[in-house]
Amino acid sequence: MYMHYDTKMYKVFTVFNIIFVTLIGMLCILPMIHILAVAFSGKAAATANLINLWPVNFTADAFVETLTNRNFSHALAISVGRTLLGLAFFLFFTILTAYPLSKSEQDFKGKNIYLWFFVFTMFFSGGLVPTYILMTRLKLINSIFALVLPGALNVWSAILLINFFKGIPKELEESATIDGAGRFMTLLKIFLPLSLPSLATLSLFTMVGHWNSWFDGMIYNTKMENYPLATLLQIIVVQQDFSKITADPHDLADISNRTVKAAQIFIGAVPILLVYPFLQKYFVSGIVVGAVKG
Amino acid sequence: MAVSQTASSAKVKPAKTKWRMETNWGLHAMLLPGVLITIVFCYVPMVGIAIAFQNFKPWLGFFNSPWLGLGNFERFFTSSSSVNVLINTVEIAVLKILTGLAVPIAFALLLNEIRVPRLKKTVQTMVYLPHFLSWVILAGILKDVLAVDGGIVNRMVSFFGGDPIFFFGDGNWFRVAVIVSNVWKEFGFSTIVYLAALTAVDTALYEAAMIDGAGRWKQTVHVTLPSIMPIIVVMFTLSLGNVLNAGFDQIYNLYTPMVYDKGDIIDTFVYRTAIVQANMSYGAAVGLFKSVVALVLILVSYKLADKFANYRIF
Repeated sequence: MYMHYDTKMYKVFTVFNIIFVTLIGMLCILPMIHILAVAFSGKAAATANLINLWPVNFTADAFVETLTNRNFSHALAISVGRTLLGLAFFLFFTILTAYPLSKSEQDFKGKNIYLWFFVFTMFFSGGLVPTYILMTRLKLINSIFALVLPGALNVWSAILLINFFKGIPKELEESATIDGAGRFMTLLKIFLPLSLPSLATLSLFTMVGHWNSWFDGMIYNTKMENYPLATLLQIIVVQQDFSKITADPHDLADISNRTVKAAQIFIGAVPILLVYPFLQKYFVSGIVVGAVKG
Repeated sequence: MAVSQTASSAKVKPAKTKWRMETNWGLHAMLLPGVLITIVFCYVPMVGIAIAFQNFKPWLGFFNSPWLGLGNFERFFTSSSSVNVLINTVEIAVLKILTGLAVPIAFALLLNEIRVPRLKKTVQTMVYLPHFLSWVILAGILKDVLAVDGGIVNRMVSFFGGDPIFFFGDGNWFRVAVIVSNVWKEFGFSTIVYLAALTAVDTALYEAAMIDGAGRWKQTVHVTLPSIMPIIVVMFTLSLGNVLNAGFDQIYNLYTPMVYDKGDIIDTFVYRTAIVQANMSYGAAVGLFKSVVALVLILVSYKLADKFANYRIF
């Protein structure tokens, strides 16, 4: 069997294929390695465009300068805060919504109406402008709740969780009911412990989403001291718009400097790089689950 | 015996109904927070979209602002600059859909031929790392790498004797940067989907093809591609819903006023009009136009996916 592996043509192809595919893979991460090399290089070398993929005049000055900068560390703290608060809100709303919707219409009359009420929001939304006006009317501008409340109930995650809850044997729930547990107790003592792996996956993706989110931080905040890190990077490093800066210019890192910019970008990506192995693992299994379901 | 049985069943029945009532109140109560937050943050803005038919002034409020009818829409479709925005959006989105389909399929086919599991896994890890990074980070990297004065790409261009390319100042080169960087960010993600489909192809089909004398290339054309055709059709039809979605995050982080001519899209236009210039009704109208077209496209694409590939999302 598999005779084609032995043909000369295929062997030549395999050699070229391995080289090509490896090159493409490397090409995808080279820009990140270049940025890292710039961040660890001396300022003069960066200005003279001498850096390729390895630091020139190795120094960690840019990282020290970034991390000791008060604006940067403040934005970092806000990002951590919004990520944790956002996760708490997400878990509260999504679990409480998913559990009743995992019941059949027979057991829970009105379930389908609720389901369509939520699903409709996946297909149509008021859009940017009415939402923005709503936020101003609710006086949520410059509040961290503007960043965590609108996305607290993620319908897509809720659907994944509903499908998982549906897979939990009915007998378990019945036995809990016979022991006198109410719906809430059943959710707490039976469903949640059994769905910890799914919840961990959804939590991870939610946290990544909050960490990466920058647009809401930009439009719902008028003051720079309320910016999460992604927004600060967007405005200061990417757009280079200094009009919003209210702080003492001395507190700003020397952002005209290429090495400091590179260090800031890299630090912004570090949390994602740290959880990447887990993301990758769950991501692939999530696709498999989706494929089986589809 | 018989009497006691009737008695006990008579007792059980009302108790069961009562249990149902009680517990279902519990379920309704659990849904309350989700329903409230969805009404406030999803349905209230849907009602608020009515400002698209107004000339909304924040100080007059929703109820006192003058009504304009379809005036805002008329303004959008008769101005040449906004028609340009519409054309940019469709052109960029279509290019992204086509490259987003072709590149991952080709790469998955090549990766599928590699029989060294460790290499296969390593390459996969490298190609879909950018998917998880935000456009802020990637734009920060791109602005350094593609810089006209001393970016590593332009240093290479100069090395081979070319003139430095102004990626963020020349509309056509901006388009190239947008399409290529979008492939960079997303092709690894889709590759995984196609790889999963490729591993599911029945090996008996390959054996049969081999007995008939087909080499690897012929097997690919006559066995592999037809086998993964359903998933290709699904991915293509589902991407139709994105024809007006040229990618706000990416464009906003990369563009400059110099490339508005070729790079400004509906979403960036709405943002600048409504939030930056505070022309809220006009922005809302353009946004509503996009939402309605997107809704229709999504429903059509789901219908098509169901019809041609038997794929149902709901």
